[in-house]
Amino acid sequence: MEHRIGVFVCHCGSNIAGVVDVKRVAEQLADYPGVAYSTDYLYMCSDPGQNMVKDAIKKHSLTGVVVSACSPTLHEATFRRAGAASDLNQYRVEMANIREHCSWVHRGDKEKATEKAIKIIKTMIEKVKQNEALEPISVPMTHRALVVGGGIAGIQAALDIANAGHDVVLVEKSPSVGGHMAQLSETFPTLDCSQCILTPKMVEVSQHPRIRLLTYCEIDDVSGYVGNFKVRIRKKAAYVNRDVCNGCGLCVEKCPRTVASEFEEGLATRKAIYTPFAQAVPNKPVLDRDNCTYFESGKCGICQKICPVNAVDYEQKDEFIEEEVGAIVVATGFDLYPVVNIGEYGGGSIEDVVTSLQFERLLSASGPTGGEVRRPSDGKIPKEVVFLTCVGSRDPENHVSYCSKVCCMYLTKHAMLYKHNVHDGQAYVFYMDVRTGGKGYEEFYQRATEEDDVLYLRGKVSKLFEEDGKVMVWGVDTLTGRKVEIAADLVVLGLAMVPNSTAVELSKKLKIQVSEWGFYSEAHPKLRPVESLAPGFYLAGAAQGPKDIPDAVAQASASASKVCALFSEKEYHREPIVAWIDEDECSGCKVCISVCPYDAIEFDSEKGISRIQEAICEGCGACIAACPSATIQQRNLTDSQLYKMVSAALED
Amino acid sequence: MRLRLSGEVIKDDLVKRVEDLSGQNIAMCYQCGRCSAGCPVADEMDILPNEAIRLLQLGQIEEVLDSKTIWICASCLQCSSRCPRGVEFSSICDALRAIVLRRRITTPSVDAGDVSRVMRTDAPQMGVVGALRKLNG
Repeated sequence: MEHRIGVFVCHCGSNIAGVVDVKRVAEQLADYPGVAYSTDYLYMCSDPGQNMVKDAIKKHSLTGVVVSACSPTLHEATFRRAGAASDLNQYRVEMANIREHCSWVHRGDKEKATEKAIKIIKTMIEKVKQNEALEPISVPMTHRALVVGGGIAGIQAALDIANAGHDVVLVEKSPSVGGHMAQLSETFPTLDCSQCILTPKMVEVSQHPRIRLLTYCEIDDVSGYVGNFKVRIRKKAAYVNRDVCNGCGLCVEKCPRTVASEFEEGLATRKAIYTPFAQAVPNKPVLDRDNCTYFESGKCGICQKICPVNAVDYEQKDEFIEEEVGAIVVATGFDLYPVVNIGEYGGGSIEDVVTSLQFERLLSASGPTGGEVRRPSDGKIPKEVVFLTCVGSRDPENHVSYCSKVCCMYLTKHAMLYKHNVHDGQAYVFYMDVRTGGKGYEEFYQRATEEDDVLYLRGKVSKLFEEDGKVMVWGVDTLTGRKVEIAADLVVLGLAMVPNSTAVELSKKLKIQVSEWGFYSEAHPKLRPVESLAPGFYLAGAAQGPKDIPDAVAQASASASKVCALFSEKEYHREPIVAWIDEDECSGCKVCISVCPYDAIEFDSEKGISRIQEAICEGCGACIAACPSATIQQRNLTDSQLYKMVSAALED
Repeated sequence: MRLRLSGEVIKDDLVKRVEDLSGQNIAMCYQCGRCSAGCPVADEMDILPNEAIRLLQLGQIEEVLDSKTIWICASCLQCSSRCPRGVEFSSICDALRAIVLRRRITTPSVDAGDVSRVMRTDAPQMGVVGALRKLNG
């Protein structure tokens, strides 16, 4: 085939032309073998610039185009569309990056920069000469989504996707949806009751015709790829047939065993057979076999005897549910940093030093004290309460390096609600910086200082210890440079937010990336904040990083809209720049299978060869490098192309 | 020596009196320091204006009453005009001086002789007025 390549050299204003002699580049390349047309223009990406490309393809019957401008991450799509508009296969359009890779880094030597630009373009001309005309790969897609985690982020994502008309499977590991938001008393900065605004959504998610709600279930295994995931879900044995149970609560009432309640953060007890809280959805109990007398000794069995519908089943086993989905939203939430790691604050051994979630329960009308703030040790109403921010956060030497983002605000809320509860009490907040970035947040903080007399002290507390029934707080006020001490009745720790304990293990099952601290990594911190790098996975809520309710909900809705965009087409389309195996050459050694990070290669045992699943292959090239017989090639990046490209770069 | 804080210490009666006399809410100050940054006579003060307010927030009013600062303040109102929270330190200073003078303790840092010297050297009018007010209690 006769090559008729068009070369289009962009000035990018002075970005390129200020360093590279673009006229000379265009002139010189006009004579390069296979080039039918060569020109330069001020801004190739502008409408007139794109039209130059479109017109030249037709006028000069071009078989390939090299746009010599910026990085392909910026305008490759623009010029591929321009090519397609003139009936040139889009994979015959390439970018030669003479800006980031040349003009920007060689400002000091214009002559050599010009020579380098010419070489870069020559390599791309050689590549384009051998580029195949390709079409995007189309993959059939299951238009059903999986949402992992039933906190506010998961609930919101599930509702948004379901309301857009797609089926959703919502998996929650605990007996009820609601997550940490269900534990909160009131929410900043408006002080609306957390459960009041959450429970309607919990009910909606359980009754939505398009949502299959699976509580007390965990993800066991995920295989497949975007559009075609196969998910195995472990339905944990609840020892209660929850389909039969009518939620009457008799079993809970009669159960003789009590253990610390997780929902009440250990400040109250629950029974061995229990629903975690009054508004739980579903409001059906589960049996905690580790704390059940029947499972320990074979005696008791009261719950089974008393159940009017025979729903209690001690023989129940874990079951597995298989689901096929096209997209997965991960919303597994957060935990508090373990207080046991903070030795200087008692490490959890001082009764009247509580965590922020414990204090939420002490403030909550549905909590163990009925909404009256009473301290755990003796039930007295505390008159001096100290709140500590940055407990574990912003401490790269000892704990975690990041700011947990929400503690400044919720501790301000705590101090304010405490004062609303105990009018003659005094609240103190020790802080390093008060971070109130959010609508109405700064005003909320100012209200706490002005109207509720909350005293903010700038400085980190060095230690907490018990003395005469008080918790002694040794701190500093760096604004006056004075060491201070407070004999507190109660101390509340604003512990760092860390990823849910299951997050890292789940990330391995899903094969998605986590960052240093175990939060799920987004594809781009600014422009792709709710997508994982692995296609088909979306992130919502505090699983991606510390965030408050408005941010978690916004991100959940963003994830849902990404899922809906994916589902808007019948099939999933993806780049065809993937690996390809020559079946006649493959010896079936399976080395490629062992190196593929995406499980994209299957073995055809009948033919004794490996086969690339194009729908999964990410085109990373690992198998190509590993193949001992050079049988695997990357489409449009073949060994032959690379050889020609290197030769063009090396010739004088 | 650790400063022992408590609700009782912070809600000092005398601090409340300063708030009543000056019409200012001490808790409004969030310690940005703009008052001190712009104060033309801060170099002569032993406690900066924002530090003085901070001590009041901590209930440490006696330290402020003992300071030179409240007498150095020229009542030029620069601090008040620039405060982002609308706190008038100059009014607070007025109140603090009033408390000292009514206790009949005389610790003025400016005597009549000084005033005449200040007046001779192009002192702003507000400064002179302030100095005279202090002397007149």
